[in-house]
Amino acid sequence: MSTVFTFRIDGKDVAGSEGQTVMEVAEENGIDIPGLCHLEGIHDRGACRLCMVEIAGSPKLTAACVTKITEGMDVTAHSERLQEYRRTVTEMLFVERNHVCAVCVANDHCELQDLAADLELTHFDLPRISPKLDIDASHRLFAIDHNRCILCLRCVRVCDEIEGAHTWDVMHRGLETRVQTDMGIPWGESTTCTSCGKCVQVCPTGALFEKGRAVASGSKHQRPFLPWLKIVEEERGR
Amino acid sequence: MPVLHAKPQAPTDDKRWKIVETRMRRMGDRPAALIEALHAAQEAFGYLDTDALNYVGDTLGVPHSRVYGVATFYSFFTLKPQGEHTCVVCTGTACYINGAKDILSGLEKALHVKPRQTTADNKISVLTARCVGSCSLAPAVIIDGEVKGKVNVDDLVAQLEAM
Amino acid sequence: MSEMPATARPTHRRATIETADGQPRASAYVCEAASCMSAQSHDITLRLGERIAAAGMTDVTIKRVGCLGLCAAGPLVEIAETAELFERVKPDDVEGIVKALKKVKPTDTRRPQGPFFEKQLRVVTENMGRIDPESLDDYVGRGGYEALKHVLSDMTSTEVRDEITRSGLRGRGGAGYPVGLKWTTVAKAEGTQKYVVCNADEGDPGAFMDRSVLESDPFRVLEGMTIAAFAVHANEGYIYCRAEYPLAVSRLRTAIRLAQRAGLLGTGIADTNFNFDVQIRLGAGAFVCGEETALIASIEGRRGTPRPRPPYPAVQGLWDCPTLLNNVESYANVPTILNKGADWYSEYGIGKSKGTKVFALAGRIVNTGLIEVPMGTTLREIVFDIGGGIIDGRPFKAVQTGGPSGGCIPAQFLDMAVSYESLIEVGSFMGSGGLIVMDDTSCMVDVAKYFMDFCREESCGKCVPCRVGTTELYMILDLITRGEATLDDLAQLERLAGIIQKTSLCGLGQGAPNPIFSTLRYFRDEYMAHIVDKTCPAGVCTITAPEVMA
Repeated sequence: MSTVFTFRIDGKDVAGSEGQTVMEVAEENGIDIPGLCHLEGIHDRGACRLCMVEIAGSPKLTAACVTKITEGMDVTAHSERLQEYRRTVTEMLFVERNHVCAVCVANDHCELQDLAADLELTHFDLPRISPKLDIDASHRLFAIDHNRCILCLRCVRVCDEIEGAHTWDVMHRGLETRVQTDMGIPWGESTTCTSCGKCVQVCPTGALFEKGRAVASGSKHQRPFLPWLKIVEEERGR
Repeated sequence: MPVLHAKPQAPTDDKRWKIVETRMRRMGDRPAALIEALHAAQEAFGYLDTDALNYVGDTLGVPHSRVYGVATFYSFFTLKPQGEHTCVVCTGTACYINGAKDILSGLEKALHVKPRQTTADNKISVLTARCVGSCSLAPAVIIDGEVKGKVNVDDLVAQLEAM
Repeated sequence: MSEMPATARPTHRRATIETADGQPRASAYVCEAASCMSAQSHDITLRLGERIAAAGMTDVTIKRVGCLGLCAAGPLVEIAETAELFERVKPDDVEGIVKALKKVKPTDTRRPQGPFFEKQLRVVTENMGRIDPESLDDYVGRGGYEALKHVLSDMTSTEVRDEITRSGLRGRGGAGYPVGLKWTTVAKAEGTQKYVVCNADEGDPGAFMDRSVLESDPFRVLEGMTIAAFAVHANEGYIYCRAEYPLAVSRLRTAIRLAQRAGLLGTGIADTNFNFDVQIRLGAGAFVCGEETALIASIEGRRGTPRPRPPYPAVQGLWDCPTLLNNVESYANVPTILNKGADWYSEYGIGKSKGTKVFALAGRIVNTGLIEVPMGTTLREIVFDIGGGIIDGRPFKAVQTGGPSGGCIPAQFLDMAVSYESLIEVGSFMGSGGLIVMDDTSCMVDVAKYFMDFCREESCGKCVPCRVGTTELYMILDLITRGEATLDDLAQLERLAGIIQKTSLCGLGQGAPNPIFSTLRYFRDEYMAHIVDKTCPAGVCTITAPEVMA
């Protein structure tokens, strides 16, 4: 039996088991903490910084997806300051690449778009970086539009941790970072890709998509992402 | 159960692959040897081509996409062959405030190359480095591995043009 | 993106040229650390050797030594008996040195060497310029390995940790975390496999302290690591060193080999049952690998991206095992602390900053070079007394410390005693010890832009605020330096810098806005001049916008 911790999130008393993260317990209690790199069933990396929360007594913000719960901790997940940070980080994602919702296959099914709406992000103040990037449509079934990629690396992790193919990884660094297949070759030429489509399923935006889909017809968000991943993980005993 | 796989063959019978192979073997042919192996291959061949990356990855059991990810992450590794000579301009703070910017613009004017480019005749590659620790010699450049301190841009251009 | 090709390879070297029988009457020490080496000091060594041999002077020694400190005046040759220093030595100057060597008498004593040398206190650098860095005998001759032998034969690991804790030594890599506390955490962490790692990925531009220590006294670092390993119960160690430092790497390799042969590394160290061995891992040109979790990822052969902490490496580090990570200078302090005692060490310093600090002086300063002073020395003493002031007598404007996470300190704080705390108070940071002096020819907005350019190129790209935010800050700074920014842009710059500081994953992103904050704090007028008057007071920036906007 694992130890049960009781603590507070946004003033609400909650309980969770030792080893759980703040994010998991919040989800179980219907408290919505945004996050774009987090996905149940694959390992968390604390990279998108949208799930940053305040913990009383700590001067630093911390990512809820990688913060383990402790007895009596007092978490603030929503405050004016946190919402401002989240809005700015989301804005950074928009100005980094080219997100044009009106022509996107994921329009209305996009986690980035939803987040912008939730945070009431209505316009951009930051200078636009927006380089013109490639679309790789060499794969028989799928395509990737780097203009829409937010580098959450869900595709990389699901390909590695669940499919076991490790076709995806990242190349370069900083602003030049891109997801890539095998030796940075066109996806269609990859010898390791099993065409399982998990990467497409987990992509939060329209970066990875099934070929032949029209604007706003993305199928992947009509059902929960890989719903069995968490159960599989739990059965394995993490 | 570990997947057993035959040790891959070196891409060619070039003897330099032996150096790479030995370095990997000394580290137990484990994935942790990746960066050391890439260093060995680049030392031996001057740059890392796809053959080298595949060979290293297959020997160490590292997925190709990860090998590529590592090779492109570190700026020390180069995936393209360099020119006959290299001129590295240090752009560390001490060199910067002592005129590294002028050296780069001087080189661009005279040789028509920006950092990370090679002259059209394939003679000289111009690169930059983030502080080589020769701050006392600022501004410093490294020509074919030799540090030149307190560089004057006209002298430098003359020296490179004579190469 | 910057690329680092194979840099200065150490040229072929001969070992110390020993022409003396027994105790030499006179000795010439030739600096063969990287800076003097790149000014061809090795040729001087060879030529001196030839001349001495030709003159049949059998009572004279020519010795290769590590950094003599005054890099600005290299190549340097010192006559050890008289402390006479020859600066900017050219091959033709060798005759003069030979003449001076002829004159050395047994009664000679070392004469005062002027403020650059006299105002320093040498702990970490005590052997620098005194020993041949590739000679174990030289190191042992100056008390090397006495601390390790004492530790292994007379002390328990707890006693060693307590001594380090009592000394007040704090991490010399930048953040100043108490070393003793870290050692205790690792020692008490669960697990039988533990590692000791030395961070020699000195990446701050303008910093070359660790390089000089490794090039000049590599055994000291090995001894410090070995003592640490005993104190935390580790048997394996790694030194993660920049590939840009080929001479340091080569001297470390030699030192490791010699220490192994002498039974001071490996199995059964110094005839005890303690085992510890060290391997070198080369960096590959990524500043972020100085961050401890990124460094660990790199040793494991992966992309050097940091991960959130906790868990801290002391509990879960290399291959998930408890890992002690300290930098070169921290380890280099250890043997002296154990030789002379924690009480002796903690007498030096100020407040919670004990002992000494090695600084690399660079920029627009006369005596560019490597110095070591007690914590609490003022910036004025460092820059003007030791450093010799500003080149060409120009006005001092600022001193930059802490690398890209640091700040620019203006003249009004010249009399401030340097410590971890005081530097943070004025908006800078100790960092690893690079100290770059700027005069009125530097534009502070341009300096801020320079550091932001550095950060955006070195950002690993993992977390959004650093990956995107550093470029955003750079773009705004670029607008300002081109005279195209408005006051709204300035407000945006400050707001964004604050958010990046608060939300970034690791120290690189969290520290990236610091140069902006500190230049805004002390040089806001320069920002305003670019934005409002469309001029660059230092004349550095090319302002293309018309002077008066309609």
